[in-house]
Amino acid sequence: MKKIDLANSSIRELNQALHAQQASLTEKEWSVANPKGEHNIAVGLDADLHVDIHGHAGYFCAGMNKTASVTVHGNAGQGLAENMMSGVVRVKGDASQAAGATAQGGLLVIEGNAGARCGISMKGVDIVVKGSVGHMSCFMGQSGSLVVCGDAGEALGDSLYEVHIYVKGEVKSLGADCIQKEMRPEHLEELSGLLAKAGVDEDPAAFKRYGSARQLYTFKVDNASAY
Amino acid sequence: MCGIVGLYLKNDKYESKLGELFEPMLIAMTDRGPDSAGFAIYGDDVAEDWVKLTLRHPSDAFNWATFTDQLATALGCEADWMQNANVAVLKVKASESTVRDWIASNAEDVLVLSAGQSIEILKEVGLPENIASKFNLSGMKGSHIIGHTRMATESAVTMEGSHPFSTGSDLCLVHNGSLSNHNRLRDKLKREGITFETENDSEVAAGYLTWRLNNGDTLQGALENALKDLDGFFTFTIGTKDGFAVMRDPIACKPAVLAETEDYVAMASEYQALASLPGIENAKVWEPEPATFYIWERK
Repeated sequence: MKKIDLANSSIRELNQALHAQQASLTEKEWSVANPKGEHNIAVGLDADLHVDIHGHAGYFCAGMNKTASVTVHGNAGQGLAENMMSGVVRVKGDASQAAGATAQGGLLVIEGNAGARCGISMKGVDIVVKGSVGHMSCFMGQSGSLVVCGDAGEALGDSLYEVHIYVKGEVKSLGADCIQKEMRPEHLEELSGLLAKAGVDEDPAAFKRYGSARQLYTFKVDNASAY
Repeated sequence: MCGIVGLYLKNDKYESKLGELFEPMLIAMTDRGPDSAGFAIYGDDVAEDWVKLTLRHPSDAFNWATFTDQLATALGCEADWMQNANVAVLKVKASESTVRDWIASNAEDVLVLSAGQSIEILKEVGLPENIASKFNLSGMKGSHIIGHTRMATESAVTMEGSHPFSTGSDLCLVHNGSLSNHNRLRDKLKREGITFETENDSEVAAGYLTWRLNNGDTLQGALENALKDLDGFFTFTIGTKDGFAVMRDPIACKPAVLAETEDYVAMASEYQALASLPGIENAKVWEPEPATFYIWERK
């Protein structure tokens, strides 16, 4: 295992060393000490790496992640795993706002709570939050799934496209065009798979499903004549 | 962008090291605010019938001894002073308004940065590390302290436009964000008798709180009214005689992190400003909720 102590190395050095593994994979396991809330830790990875960050991470941790598996043993700041493409990002503590923003694939697991705008404009990622999510989560979410084992804040799923949202607890309010939907067998199956993948022990039957009512401008076929 | 930091001690364990613990917190927020910096420190309280003021003169060579002698003779009361760079802490056995009136009529170059029993506000244009070193922050003692690093948006980079802003006796405000209705609100507050030194939006927030508190609001009441009347983005930290309060606007896009141990509560715009605190590894760390008032005060 390769150990990097951020008390002695810069973020630039760490990320450069991780990026170098893309050309030839010589070291799969990485351990990062003393993150001390620094920004941009383990950003832009593109190799089959396992990175463990021991402490709290700052903004944009594991952003644009591809293939790699990144675990934060602490909290993460804003923009965790933003625009992730694939792989797994896991946070043992809480994540600040805009976790998984615009992420296109992979799995994001937040074992604590997520702040506001979790999964904003998500485009295919699966996000599983063991705690609660803040306001405006999944705003304009396009595809993928958001699973919340706790509660959701105000305006969940505002202007939603095709994301599947599952919430076990209370939803403070639904955003524009987001509605509760019937939980059919295929949804229970999808949710069971997501919980299993995330290693979260919850009963899928205890969740409610939310999705787009498809009533906003974009969904009206008559508006196609504008082009 | 701006940076906010605060450190409130729950007991006397770190009182003699308050400045030493706080200096790296302020400097860690340089990336968020390299234009100017300042802090309000609480401690070294004066007796009930005394008032403590932090005063600033543009020149380091200003003769504070003569100034204090003249003031004490004119008001017929005891007075004491201590110089720190171009700022002096003045202690007078008189009422705040008497001292302010005398300064306004007799020393127009002297600016009152703060007044109260406990508060001292020190602020200046420049990098946080330069301000910390100019005022010897690391050697300061006290019970709590809040600070600000400014990246200017709504008004010029000046000492007057830097934070903290005094909002009344022993009260001050630091702000990260920008207010969009500050011009109209400033006009309204001017008609209510509140005076302003700058075109700064945060000074309007400070003036607003002063106005609400003068009208009998509690601090919590004043902040709840601020949520209704201030339009824009904000994370506020407010220093009080006995502690500090934190509040974010309902949208909460300006960051804030809190940390608590058995010895202190600390607040910062970003976690990295808290990383140097003792015992932070095992502290409870969380983000304050939108539109929610938090306060910690020693009883």
